[in-house]
Amino acid sequence: MAVASGVRVAASRAGAVVAADAPLIQLRGVTKTYGTGATQFQALKGVDLDIAAGDFVAVMGPSGSGKSTTMNILGCLDVPSGGNFLFRGHHVETLDRDQRAMLRRRYLGFVFQGFNLLSRTTALENVELPLLYRGEDKRTRRDLGMAALEKVGLDKWWDHTPAELSGGQQQRVAIARAIVTSPDVLLADEPTGNLDSERSVEIMELLTGLNRDSNITVLMVTHEPDMAAFARTVIHFKDGLVDRIEAQHRPGVVPEMGVN
Amino acid sequence: MFGTTLILAIRSIRRHVLRSFLTTLGIIIGVGAVVTMVTLGKATTAAVQQSISSLGTNILQVRPGQGFGRGGGGPRPPDFKPEDVEAIADQIAGVTAVAPQAQTTATAIYEGANWSTTVTGTTLAYFTVQPWPLASGRTWTPAEQAAGKAVCIIGNTVRQNLFRSTDAVGKRFRIGAISCDVIGVLTTRGQGGFGDQDDVVLMPIKAVQRRFTGSRDIRLMLVGVDQAYSTSAVQSSLTDLLRERRNITGGKDDDFNIFDTKQISDTLTSTTTMLTRIVAAVAAISLVVGGIGIMNIMLVSVTERTREIGIRLAIGAVAREVLMQFLVEAVVLSCLGGIIGLILAQAIIAALVPLMQVPWTFDPQINIIAFAISAVIGVVFGYFPARRAAALNPIDALRHE
Repeated sequence: MAVASGVRVAASRAGAVVAADAPLIQLRGVTKTYGTGATQFQALKGVDLDIAAGDFVAVMGPSGSGKSTTMNILGCLDVPSGGNFLFRGHHVETLDRDQRAMLRRRYLGFVFQGFNLLSRTTALENVELPLLYRGEDKRTRRDLGMAALEKVGLDKWWDHTPAELSGGQQQRVAIARAIVTSPDVLLADEPTGNLDSERSVEIMELLTGLNRDSNITVLMVTHEPDMAAFARTVIHFKDGLVDRIEAQHRPGVVPEMGVN
Repeated sequence: MFGTTLILAIRSIRRHVLRSFLTTLGIIIGVGAVVTMVTLGKATTAAVQQSISSLGTNILQVRPGQGFGRGGGGPRPPDFKPEDVEAIADQIAGVTAVAPQAQTTATAIYEGANWSTTVTGTTLAYFTVQPWPLASGRTWTPAEQAAGKAVCIIGNTVRQNLFRSTDAVGKRFRIGAISCDVIGVLTTRGQGGFGDQDDVVLMPIKAVQRRFTGSRDIRLMLVGVDQAYSTSAVQSSLTDLLRERRNITGGKDDDFNIFDTKQISDTLTSTTTMLTRIVAAVAAISLVVGGIGIMNIMLVSVTERTREIGIRLAIGAVAREVLMQFLVEAVVLSCLGGIIGLILAQAIIAALVPLMQVPWTFDPQINIIAFAISAVIGVVFGYFPARRAAALNPIDALRHE
C-alpha cells in the first residue's frame, strides 16, 4: 500500500496540508457502464466533480440519476468504466481490489440506510470491527471503540446487541463504527431513510457535529430536502450527470420553498 | 492477521451456538465412531491373543483322530502310548519337553463342599511346556511321579469352592473314588478362551491312569517348542515320526492331528485386525459425510451472511481476510468436533469395555490420526464456501436481503 501510506504522510489530519488548489476528491469525465450489448446501460456519462476537504455534501437526484453509482465509486466499492478518480491527488481508478480495500480501511467510513450492524453482536464489538481489520490490539480497540460510542452518546449501551437498540440508536452505533478509525471521509447512503423525523434530525446534528468538530468530510445521499438542508454543498444528479451544485450559506436552516 | 481471523471466527461461532453444534455433529460422530471402533477392535484382538497365549505359545497339541469333528466312521484311531512321548522328546530337534495328558471329570468332596471339576494327569514336563507358577505349596517329586502317588495340585477355582478361605495345602480331600493330598495351589490364570482355566486338579499321570481311566493311553500331548525353532518345522518332523510309529504309509491320511496354538493365534489376530479395519473404514465414511455436512452448512452460512460479508468488505476487509475467516471458522468447528468426538469415544469405550470383557486400552496413534483428519476435513470442506464468500462483490453483498 505504498500509495495510501504516501497519502497518509502528506495529509496529517484535515485537509490543511494539501495544496489549497488540490481538492480532496476529484472526478474527471467519470463514466460507468453496466452490462454489454443490447442490455448495456450507461449509469454515468462523464461526471466532473470536486469535493473539498472538510465539506459537508448532500447528493440528491431521482432514482437512476447516477448518484448511487457515483457514491459507490467515491467509496471505492466500485471502479469507473472510464475517466479519472483522484483521492488527494492520487489515482484510484488504477488500484486493484485489495488496494481499494486498504483505502477504505484507512480513509473511509460508511453509514448505510439499513444500519448494517452485525446481529447478535454487541455495540462495542460492532464498533471495534474496523479496528480488528487494522490489527489494533485489544486494549486500543476497546479504548477507541468506547471513545467512538461516547461521541455518539451510546457509551452506556456498549454491551447491547442491535436487537436491543432502537433504530436511531442502531444508526448511531453505525456512525460510531464509521468514525472509530478517524476516517477522512464519511460516506452516508440515506442515513435517515429508515428513521422518523425526530431521530433523523438527531442523526443529522450528529453528522454536522462530526463534520465541524472532527473535520470529517461528509458525503451524504438523501432524498429529503430537509436533510440536505444540513449540508454546506448540495449536488444534484440528473441522467448520469451532475445537474447543478448549490452552496448553502446557513446549513441546518431549512429553506422555505422557493426561497434560496 | 491470523489472531484477528481467529477472534472473528470464534465470535461468529459463539453467536450461533446451536448451528455450530449441528454443523460439527457429523464430525463428532465420525471421529467418535472411528476412535471407538479402532480402539475396541484392537482391544478385542489383544483379548483374543491373550486367550490363545493362555494355552501357551510355541506349543503343539497332539491328539489322535483327524482333527475336530472328523473321523466319525471306522475304528477309532489308537491313543498315544508313553513310548510315543519319550520318542518325541528324544528324537525331534527343537522340542523342549513333552507333557502327556490323561483327562477325566470327577467330583471333589471336602467336608460339606463338593465340586465337579476336571482331573488332569500329567508329568512335570507340563510345567516346562507352559510355565504356571504355584501360589503355595510344591509340585510333586520325580519319585512321587514314578510311583503314581495320589497327590494333587489344584487350581484356584477348585480351592475357592472346596476349601473356602482356608489354606488348602496339606489338606486331604476325596476326588472320585480316591483320597488325595493337596500339595500345591496354582496361581490364578482367569478366564481363557476355552472356559475357566483355574477349574483344574493336576495329578501325576500314572495316578490318573491307574485310578480313573484304567489304561496307559494318552489322549493329548503338549509338545513345547524351543523359541529358536519354527513350530511348523517341528510340526512336520513330528508328523513324520508319528506316521512312522503308527505305521501310516503312502497316501494314507494321518490318524492324529497337531494343533499349533501360534498358528491359530496368528489366524485369529489377522481376522480380528481385518474386521477392525473394515469397521474403521465404515466409520471413516461417516467422517467424510460429517465433512460434507460442514461444507453444506458453511455454504448456507455464506448465503445467509452475504450482507455481513458485504459489511466486512465495505469497512476494509480484503478478500483474503474474508476467505481466512470462513476457512478458520470451518477448521475451528471441525477441530472442536474432533475434540468432542475424542472425548465421546473415550466415554463409549469406558462403557463398553466391561460389557465386551476386553482390556481397556488407550491408543494415542488413532486419537491423533482421527483429530488430524478432522482438521484436514475442515480445511478441505471449508475452502470452497470460504472462497465463495471472499469472491462476493461488496455492493451486491450489501444489497442482499
